[in-house]
Amino acid sequence: MQESAINIAVNLITQGDPDLYEIIGLSLRVSLSSVALSLIFGLTLGAALATGQFRGRAVLNIIINALMSMPPVVVGLLVYLALSRSGPMGWLGLLYTPTAMIIAQTFLITPLITALSRQVIEDLYLEYKEQFASLRLTQSQRIKALLWDARYSLSTVALAGLGRALSEVGAVIIVGGNIEHLTRVMTTAIALETSKGDLALALALGMILLGLALLINILLSSLNLSARRQAYA
Amino acid sequence: MNTLTTKLVFWLLILTASASIAADKQVLVQSTTSTANSGLYKYLLPQFEAQTNIKVNVVAVGTGQAIRNARNCDADVLLVHAKQAEEAFVEDGFGIKRHDLMYNDFVMIGPENDPARISNTTNIQSALQAMAKAQTLFASRGDNSGTHKKELQLWHLAKLDMSATDANWYRSTGSGMGATINTAIGLGAYTLTDRATWISFKNKQDFKILFEGDSALFNQYGVILVNSEKCPNVSKQNAERFISWLLSNDTQTAIAEFEIDGQQLFYPNAN
Repeated sequence: MQESAINIAVNLITQGDPDLYEIIGLSLRVSLSSVALSLIFGLTLGAALATGQFRGRAVLNIIINALMSMPPVVVGLLVYLALSRSGPMGWLGLLYTPTAMIIAQTFLITPLITALSRQVIEDLYLEYKEQFASLRLTQSQRIKALLWDARYSLSTVALAGLGRALSEVGAVIIVGGNIEHLTRVMTTAIALETSKGDLALALALGMILLGLALLINILLSSLNLSARRQAYA
Repeated sequence: MNTLTTKLVFWLLILTASASIAADKQVLVQSTTSTANSGLYKYLLPQFEAQTNIKVNVVAVGTGQAIRNARNCDADVLLVHAKQAEEAFVEDGFGIKRHDLMYNDFVMIGPENDPARISNTTNIQSALQAMAKAQTLFASRGDNSGTHKKELQLWHLAKLDMSATDANWYRSTGSGMGATINTAIGLGAYTLTDRATWISFKNKQDFKILFEGDSALFNQYGVILVNSEKCPNVSKQNAERFISWLLSNDTQTAIAEFEIDGQQLFYPNAN
């Protein structure tokens, strides 16, 4: 079966199956959008937690760390209840749309980005603290400097977020509904083919998803590498 | 930095907004899985969409969940197979009217060597009693789906109460039909499935239909228009058009003509 799965994967890609490219495109759109949104929220919150001095900071850190283990199904359920036509935000008509999937994944990934970036920034902050004080930098200047100097570590944080987004099925299948040509993504297609007993096709789709992740990682690390070379040239 | 952030936010808004703009003529169907997994929708819906320009969006989940979602108004049309639950749905005011659409039957599948010898039995009661007596593994959906409800009725018919059992051989998967068949095959367990799902299932391995044909295994599919008085968001015109199209003579003939490996999957019976 494994061998035939590889054949199927190769055939799907080389024959340019339009349905396949559609679901790959949607997977990328949903995951990249939710990672980008999570980076906006997560980096802001992470930097604030790393550099700020306020009461309850330690408790907040623990809560956000714990939220990293939030099951996707629970996130999906909460977003479903909010976006359902009978829910408080049903009037928006967003349930069973890609937007709903982006919202759910943003909730799922933001704690991860926040917790990891908080740690990265905090470590750097301890190193820079005295220098910052001697330069009399404002809080926002400090955060900008920290984010910039930590950018390579933070790009790994973003990749961790993207990995979670690309691979999760529990949240997007509930709020997206796995509707063909509308909300079907790689993971929900894999779940569907498994439930049809077409294990070879499911495995082939899994290989393609993994290949996609590999491609993104190669792209990003080569970008990082060339940026580093420039920086130290 | 600030302009970059602004640009990023702007770009994201475009991206997410473009996702929410969809065709205005569409129907949202909450459905049982067998009609989707067997490929019936893939065969039927393009015909409807070409004729009417109305896009049909199908959310295929178990009957139990489909009904729950429709009660939350997250459907224009409900297409499931649990007559009692469907009638309760209409009685509670969530549905306008229930129509018979088509039928097929349930079958009991299991490993080829048939350890409980259910293929020798003559009715479903004795088949189930044979399984209980031999204590061979049985995989139950356990998810309140149409098939699960049917299964519980059948145990009741055989005078065996499985709703609160802790028998070691009775395994509740709490999953969809396909996942339950995969589990049953992994365990070498018997399970009950609708015929359409089984015929179209691709991972059969050494599993076979071991019991079929009892009239108690009848499987009726119904279709219901969700009540727009309860759920103002229902796109009533499109949904009505879709339902009357399903019940029309031409579509009923098309349903009868839908085959996999030369076997008919659904028998139309709209009146």
